[in-house]
Amino acid sequence: MIPELGHFALILAFWIALAQGVLPLLGAATGHLGWQSMAKPVTAVHFGLLLLAFLALMWSFVVNDFSVLYVSQHSNSLLPTGYRMAAVWGGHEGSLLLWAFLLAFWSIAVAVFSRTLPLAMSARVLGVLGLISTGFLAFILTTSNPFDRLLPAAVDGRDLNPLLQDVGLIIHPPMLYMGYVGFSVAFAFAIAALLSGRLDAAWARWSRPWTLVAWVFMTFGIGLGSWWAYSELGWGGWWFWDPVENASLMPWLFGTALIHALMATEKRGGFKAWTVLLAIGAFSLSLLGTFLVRSGVLTSVHAFASDPRRGVFVLIFLAVVVGSSLTLFAWRAPKVSMGGRMGLISRESFLLANSVLLVVATGAVLLGTIYPLIIDALNMGKLSVGAPYFNAVFVPLLAPVLFLMVPGVAASWKEAQLHQLVLRLRWVALGSLLLACGVPAILQRMGQGEWLWRTSLGLFLSAWILFGSLKHVLERLRQSGRIPLSYWGMQTAHLGMAVLVVGITMVKGYELERDVRIGIGETVTLRDFTLELKRMENVDGPNYKALRATLEVKKDQRIVAELTPEKRRYFSTAMPMTEAAIDSGWMRDLYASLGDPVEPHPQTGAPRWNLHVYDKPFISWLWAGVLLMVLGGLIATLDKRYRRSSTRVVQA
Amino acid sequence: MKSRHKRFIAIMVGLLLLSAAAALVLNAFRSNLVFFFTPTQVAGGEAPKSSAFRIGGMVKEGSLFRDSEKGSFVVTDTQKDVVVKYHGMLPDLFKEGRGVVAQGQLNAQGEFVASEVLAKHDENYMPPEAKHAMDQAAARKAAETVKP
Repeated sequence: MIPELGHFALILAFWIALAQGVLPLLGAATGHLGWQSMAKPVTAVHFGLLLLAFLALMWSFVVNDFSVLYVSQHSNSLLPTGYRMAAVWGGHEGSLLLWAFLLAFWSIAVAVFSRTLPLAMSARVLGVLGLISTGFLAFILTTSNPFDRLLPAAVDGRDLNPLLQDVGLIIHPPMLYMGYVGFSVAFAFAIAALLSGRLDAAWARWSRPWTLVAWVFMTFGIGLGSWWAYSELGWGGWWFWDPVENASLMPWLFGTALIHALMATEKRGGFKAWTVLLAIGAFSLSLLGTFLVRSGVLTSVHAFASDPRRGVFVLIFLAVVVGSSLTLFAWRAPKVSMGGRMGLISRESFLLANSVLLVVATGAVLLGTIYPLIIDALNMGKLSVGAPYFNAVFVPLLAPVLFLMVPGVAASWKEAQLHQLVLRLRWVALGSLLLACGVPAILQRMGQGEWLWRTSLGLFLSAWILFGSLKHVLERLRQSGRIPLSYWGMQTAHLGMAVLVVGITMVKGYELERDVRIGIGETVTLRDFTLELKRMENVDGPNYKALRATLEVKKDQRIVAELTPEKRRYFSTAMPMTEAAIDSGWMRDLYASLGDPVEPHPQTGAPRWNLHVYDKPFISWLWAGVLLMVLGGLIATLDKRYRRSSTRVVQA
Repeated sequence: MKSRHKRFIAIMVGLLLLSAAAALVLNAFRSNLVFFFTPTQVAGGEAPKSSAFRIGGMVKEGSLFRDSEKGSFVVTDTQKDVVVKYHGMLPDLFKEGRGVVAQGQLNAQGEFVASEVLAKHDENYMPPEAKHAMDQAAARKAAETVKP
């Protein structure tokens, strides 16, 4: 009964979304105020219905209703309740429902917080969001209904993929989706502005806080995904250039360019058309990302194509979104003024250069992600594009972006003097250069690792950003006048970037790994640590059995840590899972993962196991950097300007 | 007039840098494409001798062998076999009789030295490349049995 209720709510939500998409837009076009003012109540109903559908599906998971096909595929009666609730988004259908639900959530947030927006503008924004939701709900209802029944009901479910049974992965998809879906608000604002023909500073100011919040969620989601991959997958890596990861990185890169371009548009009226294109691009890439990850196209292009309903719908949906918005852009953009003039050396020009570089980098990632799929779909052979490509492309494309962050902040709007910039930043440059050469040289002398030019480059860039930011903050504090929150947000986020780059540089430059066969009482040394295997024991979990190794870590004869990597076997799938053990610290992580048993010791005949241990210097800085960026984004969102400005619009 | 010249130069420099970036990307792309070959293709000498590629198929039952440092297994598409040497740990999903994909290079003995044995995050899983290799072999077999 409950699943049918959810299904019914979903069907109703589709029609309501259609009304939300059509009426306010028509009202705004014809000037019919009644239709425009319908946008908000309709949005509220839309949200209520999707909440009902979402709760209905979650209910089915909680009560173990295995007569629902989706539940039987992604849950199991042994699964703890928390994981059962999270299993709602463990597969394709539920993820799409979560997407639609979050879209309705963002829409209602826009409706609530846009009281001060002109009626026509909020009607257009909510209308565009309604159209997107209509498309999504049509997709869910026709091809991916999570409420489909399974008759006769399964006795027990197939269980959630053991890899997904982790706190990190429970909150990772909702965070990422909040980001994906949040870009639809930036998109809706851009389309609404195009429709109204008013691409002005006010539009940029309205759009900025929404875009920032979306970017914050996205940043947090990606960081969480990376941390999960690091701590769960047991391979010691934190970024694999996997299509699944690339799918989230692409909209992030676009979104980063977008939040900066919006600032230039708001402050100086600069490159408006480019900003609109970035908004359209960020949302299109979010859509592409959702479909890439959740449609099964990555596992097998042919299986995907063999269920053509989904594939065709996805392609049509993407084509409609991208095609119609670009057509609208081409129709309206020539009317947009080019904005204020900018000098060759100015904050605008640095921002523009960086956003172009970010777009090029996105293009490179897109090429590497999509090309193998296209070639495969056309039956032209099978190939893959590995991590070396992405590394080779990303460093030269993003190093200038990081470099320009400092003069971009230091330069004034409109026109800056190059020689003045050089003069102001010369000590920063010199200090960074010294650090970039000194640290690897000292580390090499200490025998910690070779001096690589990439290490110097990374250290230089992070020191450059760090010192540049510090200098700018000090200068700013000496000036009179209140410093807005958005300034502190920006500096915090930039500092986060510097910290992230330190982490990446140090891990890439100095990580050590050892792959050994080890028995009880044997040791392995890693840099100045000695790891001894103390014991092996069997442990029982709620829905798995595990073999646990206990490793004692000693440094200078003192015990500094204990690592307990596990090999788990889940009852429902009989699939083994490596559970890595990590001892985290500010300067380094020790990481151990347990492999299979191997042949016994040649002399003693004692049993031995495969063991992989890593020393990962500064890897915590990666997560710290991401958290600082998230914090910076949040601080910037809280800036009073966004609230004050909207009230001023009403008075005007 | 002067500012127009300046703008022209700026645009030209921008375009030049963009094309440099494009050249960089495409060059890196071309040199990092990793092609896939089935065991039959490798046995037939179609695979490159001196560059990396991927191979996929089934892990032959009873072929997994580990000595103190290194190990090896046989990957098959039921028609032809290729020996794969590896070092280090095998992924969780690795099992005899299951699908596998490995990336690496051929050595002088015609054995495949894997730099990476690939794993994916799914249990009911056959790597798409491995499935492709099996399908190809099955199709060839079917064609051969029909012919005579």
